[in-house]
Amino acid sequence: MPKQISVFAENKPGKIKKITIVLEKRNINIRAITISDSGDYGIIKLLVDKPLECCEALMEEGFAATLKDIVAVKIDDTPGSLRRASSVLADNDVNVDDAYGFILQGTKEAVFVFQVENVQRTENILKDQGYDVLTDNELYLI
Amino acid sequence: MYWNKDIEAIDRKSLEQLQFRKLKTALESARRTSYYKKIFDDSNIDIDRITSLDHLRDLPFTSKLDLRYSYPDGMVSVPRSDIVRMHASSGTTGKSTVIFYTQKDISDWADLVARCMMATGTTRDDVFQNMMGYGLFTGGLGLHYGAERLGCMVIPSSTGNSLKQIQLIQDFQTSVIHITPSYALHLVEVILEHGIDPHDLSIRKAYLGAEPYSEGVKEKIQQQWGLEAYNSYGMSEMNGPGVAFECIHKNGMHLWEDFYIMEIIDPDTEEALPDGEEGELVLTHVNREAMPIIRYRTRDLTRIIPEPCPCGRTHRRISRIKGRTDDMLIVGGVNVFPSQIETVLMKIPEVGNNYQIVLDRKNNLDRMHIKVELYSKMFHGDLKGLKSLSAKITEELRALITINPLVELLEPGSLPPSTGKAVRVIDNREI
Repeated sequence: MPKQISVFAENKPGKIKKITIVLEKRNINIRAITISDSGDYGIIKLLVDKPLECCEALMEEGFAATLKDIVAVKIDDTPGSLRRASSVLADNDVNVDDAYGFILQGTKEAVFVFQVENVQRTENILKDQGYDVLTDNELYLI
Repeated sequence: MYWNKDIEAIDRKSLEQLQFRKLKTALESARRTSYYKKIFDDSNIDIDRITSLDHLRDLPFTSKLDLRYSYPDGMVSVPRSDIVRMHASSGTTGKSTVIFYTQKDISDWADLVARCMMATGTTRDDVFQNMMGYGLFTGGLGLHYGAERLGCMVIPSSTGNSLKQIQLIQDFQTSVIHITPSYALHLVEVILEHGIDPHDLSIRKAYLGAEPYSEGVKEKIQQQWGLEAYNSYGMSEMNGPGVAFECIHKNGMHLWEDFYIMEIIDPDTEEALPDGEEGELVLTHVNREAMPIIRYRTRDLTRIIPEPCPCGRTHRRISRIKGRTDDMLIVGGVNVFPSQIETVLMKIPEVGNNYQIVLDRKNNLDRMHIKVELYSKMFHGDLKGLKSLSAKITEELRALITINPLVELLEPGSLPPSTGKAVRVIDNREI
């Protein structure tokens, strides 16, 4: 299952800079970034090409960082495609806790990345419906 | 005007003789308690060898911890059926310190408080509104019984409910109040907000207590309310309020030496200090049947004012309390030790060892911020988890210290590292 890195950060200037300094030093490339904000603090979420190394590096530098399993599914980059994918989730009672998405260059596709309680079950549901669920390497090298 | 002139203006020699007689009685009473019996036996103390007040120094000190360890009745000298009241000190909901009283103890305490009130010029014609908490806390009932004994009309309004307080003051022409300084500052604002000039109210006097405050705050209260405020000193271990009180001259608080034998010691060396030098106040209660306490370390810093007071009372005064020798905090009227907070935090795996307690006063109310660093290895990565962690810490702390702290989660390493003695408490309150 692909992993995303969650980093705890206080809501103050300079946090993204501090984190990305670590990434740059290790030549780690970010595929996607998003922040879940909660007032005084938040969680910075990163999709990178080398998640394990990235997480270790951040922890060494004193960050509260951890890896979280996520589901990443490829969908068409056309109106209605997310509607169709999310209907599958809704029909199967899958609750999305957190999500973000990005489009791919070249192909007319997009990736929808999201957090659920039961990753394995969700992946199976989507695969059964013919969706292209990305594995670790497929996602990191995208 | 004296409540009991014979005692209040007694000559020093007779007072010291009286103290010695009462000390012997108190020691005999203490010997009947399981706690002091063991102490006396273990240290080979023969109380028959105590033949002067100077020998008091040969006796061991009693600390707050000793009281807690002898809970519930290790220090009780009378059968349970003779006890008519118990009080517990404010603070933790765990093992607080409990004090017991017989019928005579309650009556003597009331007399003592009546003495205090009369020293400020209060009489039976006054209307006394007691705006202190009633309950296990000694402040409320302590002044209540004393005011009743004195003959005032007592309005037992307790704390809070500001509009009701104001209505009572106006309806019954309250002339004297008992109140915490922070509530006094808050209440006067409510009064002003309702278009009432506090100077038009009937109140002439306020007795302040239960939390530390500066002369600056006292002056502010006097000016805003248009009254005379008096400093009151006490602690549940020594009954409650009534241990020492300002007289009309308001230059130090008379400590009632027929009830308490006072000493000033160097808090580190434990050696006695001469009158006039600042040190820790040690009190021996020689007027409580149920629970005598020998050489109690109050942890309060003060000095004895040896000069006679123009009021004529021969019981010496102590200066206002400068501070404490331990790290106990008083937040919102509640006693809190930083170590209690530390104990709670250490039990929570998601937080690290680094924390800070920041105290502020906003709108005359104490606020406590607990800043705690996340432990990076235990970070689960989602907001839900962080919110429930925050709530868990708040709940556990509230259960322990009874006040509501604001918990702030910080990144690992955000707090200054503890080199040597960690600075755990930052007190921004101006008192």
